[in-house]
Amino acid sequence: MSTSVVTKVRTPIRPARILLHVFLAGAALAWLAPLLWALYSAMRPYAETSEKGYVSWPDTLNFDNFTNAFTQSDMSHYFVNTMIIAVPAVLVTLFLSSMVAFYVSRFDFRLNLALLLVFTAGNLLPQQVIITPLYRLYLLIDLPGITMSGKLYDSALGLVLIHVAFQSGFCAFVLSNYMRTLPHELTEAALVDGASVWRQYWQIVLPLCRPAMAALATLLSIWIYNDFFWALVLISTGENMPITSALNNLTGAYFTDPNLVAAGALLTAIPTLIVYFVLQRQFVSGLTLGANKG
Amino acid sequence: MTTETTKETPEAAAVPPSGAAPAKKVPQGHRRLLTRRDRLTLGLMAGLPTILHIALVWVTALASIALAFTTWDGIGFDSIQWVGLQNFKELFEQNPQFWPAVQHNVIWFVVLIVIPTPLGLFLAVQLDKNIRFSRVYQTAFFLPVVMSMAVIGFVWQLIYNPDTGLINSIIGANEPGKYIDWIGDPDLNLWAILVAASWRHAGYMMILYLAGLKGVDPSLREASALDGASEWQTFKNVIFPTLRPTNTVVLVVTIIEALRAFDLVFVFNKGAEGTELLSILVTNNIIGESSRIGYGSAIAVVLLLISLVVIIPYLVATFRKERRA
Repeated sequence: MSTSVVTKVRTPIRPARILLHVFLAGAALAWLAPLLWALYSAMRPYAETSEKGYVSWPDTLNFDNFTNAFTQSDMSHYFVNTMIIAVPAVLVTLFLSSMVAFYVSRFDFRLNLALLLVFTAGNLLPQQVIITPLYRLYLLIDLPGITMSGKLYDSALGLVLIHVAFQSGFCAFVLSNYMRTLPHELTEAALVDGASVWRQYWQIVLPLCRPAMAALATLLSIWIYNDFFWALVLISTGENMPITSALNNLTGAYFTDPNLVAAGALLTAIPTLIVYFVLQRQFVSGLTLGANKG
Repeated sequence: MTTETTKETPEAAAVPPSGAAPAKKVPQGHRRLLTRRDRLTLGLMAGLPTILHIALVWVTALASIALAFTTWDGIGFDSIQWVGLQNFKELFEQNPQFWPAVQHNVIWFVVLIVIPTPLGLFLAVQLDKNIRFSRVYQTAFFLPVVMSMAVIGFVWQLIYNPDTGLINSIIGANEPGKYIDWIGDPDLNLWAILVAASWRHAGYMMILYLAGLKGVDPSLREASALDGASEWQTFKNVIFPTLRPTNTVVLVVTIIEALRAFDLVFVFNKGAEGTELLSILVTNNIIGESSRIGYGSAIAVVLLLISLVVIIPYLVATFRKERRA
């Protein structure tokens, strides 16, 4: 922890420090350059850039491209699609994986380690290893009246299920490690008092896991929101697409206007940026909690 | 950040909480205290998630293996035909995209481990010096990690586009005859994409290393300073060796990222010539016009085998520690 360094924090300004700041500020700016360039392009009218070239001084800077991208491509609709997928997926993943973690970490069954191994290993697999049979399976499962497509394929439900199945491996691993650090006396006392297993889980262990759950929730929201692959393969109707894959369609339709595409891409990124800035601490601690995540 | 977040998780788990008596196993009587209802509850609690996970992840992975030895047009089950190793033979000997894809996956890994990973470590070491505005710098480097790979692909296309892109506009190569086609040229496009991938990866590695560095015992640093070691000597001989758990994680993460690489390439040029990857070949068999399920599965099996070479040793090491706990 940085606390021990506190003693020497107010050192007089040394040339080395200034040099470090210059370097870091330069590097940070260079790092942001692609995003700033996208923002600059997005704020200029297409007519102007096609006439003057992209590297030129702006006559007009406005947010028209953002408004157009938002309205012309029906982005709000795709945002809603994403929410329909991401919100249940995050909640169900946390719920299911916390139960597995509870089972694995608080009891001494013989299967525990094997079970956790199955979950953890499953999450490390590249998605493409399972996609072909999964795609076929989704086409096979008929759900008339339950999903719009009448199948698991091309439905929000299908995406929620695969997100839950895939991400719960990671969450079960992290949560079981977390639960293992809770003293056993806590639940033993409750057990002796006759509290059911469910009460031990719901009223004792789960509330104590709040920090880990918050970190995982942040991380999962960003991952699931950012998903491109599952939706690309498992959703066929443009109407049903979540925002990231819908962006892919937008570029297909408006590829002649890079400024509009830039605006669309930046709009798509806004929710994750908000989540990040608001919940930065949870996000970062979540990432390092599960540093095994690919 | 709490200590258990800064350490590698399995290790954190291996350390019993300071309050509890050391090495206290759950007493055997614990299990006998459970009522029948409790056992049923527990069974459901673990069983339902496990069924979902196994059905969608492991059954499909095994199905991939089985289908790799068949041909199937996907219409009805009776068209499934056992063909033995034929898919693999075709893949290894005839598919012009297969070996380039394997090679590109390897290049992807080598580039990520050689360029952005040390860069992330370097940035982490600088930011760990308790300097002002550390959070601002950190955010700048980290921002790409929060964004979708697909979005990153679009952002970088604005830079690489031959006509309107930033690079060609600056160097004056955006006119006929002078074009540098960053996206279309098979000798360039992989490297162009890898710049974007590295851009994201460095921030990710920086965060992992920052967490690792926070876990380094400060007294080590002080002792080293007292001994008169230079900054570089301290890092090389004291700090870096203690980062071993982080390095393992970084290595595993990087290999898996290299095997999973997909979104960026797909957005860029759909894996056209020069950017083939195993993941792209698998996907093309599904969303492309050809529906060659057995053949696609054979590629997936190759990808699976390569992944397992990494996943198994990693899990064995991780869980061995866990069992000792």
